[in-house]
Amino acid sequence: MASSVRLRVEGVHHAYSDLIVLDAISLTAEAGEVLVLVGPSGCGKSTLLGIFGGMLAATSGTVRMDGAVGPDCLNPLTYVFQDFALLPWRSVAGNVSLALEGTRLDKPARNARIAEVLALTGLTKFRDALPKQLSGGMRQRVGIARALAVRPAVLLMDEPLSALDGQTRDLLLDEFASLIARSGVTAIYVTHNLNEAVRLGHQVAVLSRRPGRVREIVRIDRSIMERRPTDPDLVALEASLWRLIREDAAAADREMDHA
Amino acid sequence: MLDAVGRLVPFRARGFAPRDVPWASVATLVGVVLLWQAGASAGLVSTKFLPAPAQIVRALIDLGISGELWLNLSISLQRLAIGWVVGTVAGLALGFAVGLFTLARSPGMAIVSALFPIPKIALVPLFIIWFGIGEGSKVITLAFGVFFPTVINTMAGVDGVSRGLIRMGQSFGLSRAAIICKIVLPGALPAILSGFRITTSTAIILLVAAEMIGAEKGIGAFVLSAGNLYDTDNLLAGIVVLSLLGLAVSWVLGRIERALLSWR
Repeated sequence: MASSVRLRVEGVHHAYSDLIVLDAISLTAEAGEVLVLVGPSGCGKSTLLGIFGGMLAATSGTVRMDGAVGPDCLNPLTYVFQDFALLPWRSVAGNVSLALEGTRLDKPARNARIAEVLALTGLTKFRDALPKQLSGGMRQRVGIARALAVRPAVLLMDEPLSALDGQTRDLLLDEFASLIARSGVTAIYVTHNLNEAVRLGHQVAVLSRRPGRVREIVRIDRSIMERRPTDPDLVALEASLWRLIREDAAAADREMDHA
Repeated sequence: MLDAVGRLVPFRARGFAPRDVPWASVATLVGVVLLWQAGASAGLVSTKFLPAPAQIVRALIDLGISGELWLNLSISLQRLAIGWVVGTVAGLALGFAVGLFTLARSPGMAIVSALFPIPKIALVPLFIIWFGIGEGSKVITLAFGVFFPTVINTMAGVDGVSRGLIRMGQSFGLSRAAIICKIVLPGALPAILSGFRITTSTAIILLVAAEMIGAEKGIGAFVLSAGNLYDTDNLLAGIVVLSLLGLAVSWVLGRIERALLSWR
């Protein structure tokens, strides 16, 4: 069942001391859709995701969540992290369990939910493995399993594939697309990779270089499951997004070199 | 121009990769003892000043049979255990407080920075004045010496826990207590356990010093008394006991580390 929760930031402005990172940002992640944030390095994408998820207090502006959260949801706003954020001393099942400990679920219900998400992410055989025994792709699957275990209303993903090699990224992107489409969860996805953006996004918000402002919002109405990496219109869209970002990305790169 | 056959490219990345060779450690120790024994037997080493290994072993056996060894050892072990536990518990408490709470950080670090550099042995006479010649002064000396390195290692361990893991815990709605128990404590454990290696050695050094300054019984007092009597067999037997005590503690800590940090 698709999530009926939408998440909206309004008039968000954020600064670290004198450094303005985000300015006048108003964006909405619509219910059951994926909002992708793209932009040059340092434009404040991850900062904005932190503000969306309540992990960072914006200097000014508001974040609102509308809609009914599902009855089995244990953590409405749930992150998938770029560096996986797995506890190295816990097994795969233990890492998933962490998200369920201290919730209203009793132990049998917790175990059932762990088994379910491990099956969903192809990790059943690895339930007792430690993170160090897994490849990068498998570790991120654990991160996804952990996030899905709490039945989130909104999934917040901070460059979840960027720490992986190209082949693993392509494979996991297909799985992501399938999981997101099937679960119908509302999602906000930060990425540098424009191919990921056009494969997953219903809306792609292009941020300008620092201070990050919304430069353009591109809407893609085709179903995620119908999108293929070689679709000519997606390839064209990716190219047009790159044209939007290219100049800013080069300027941001030069800025960072001088920093 | 390159010739048709070409030259072999030599391997250039040799060395700078030392390996452990366990048998070499044992062989070295056995070799030193054998050389020492041979030197003493041949009259090259004066056994009055440096008894032969066989004499030390004989002295240890005699001390064991007479019960003197067990009496002194049990008293020392008791002081060591109490002093180390008191210093460790207090050090862990302050270390976690400094690592976790802004309110404790600056005051805690000010105290640690001011008192840590004081050589603890120099405080033994003061502790005797404050707590008397009995067990109190010895236990406090040990506890004081153990406390500061424990605070520093615990704080470093807590600081070293990835903020990303803590944010992950917060993002899943874990309580503060759950984050401390399930993320911070296990994450800081490697640094805390490595601190235990330092504090147990420090505790043994301070134990001997305290027993030499103000005790009738205990391995430190026994070694001092043997020295006063020029009884070098027993003096070295006492030192061997201390060395074995250090090795035993290190072995136990190694087992604990292996059990608790098997995930590394």
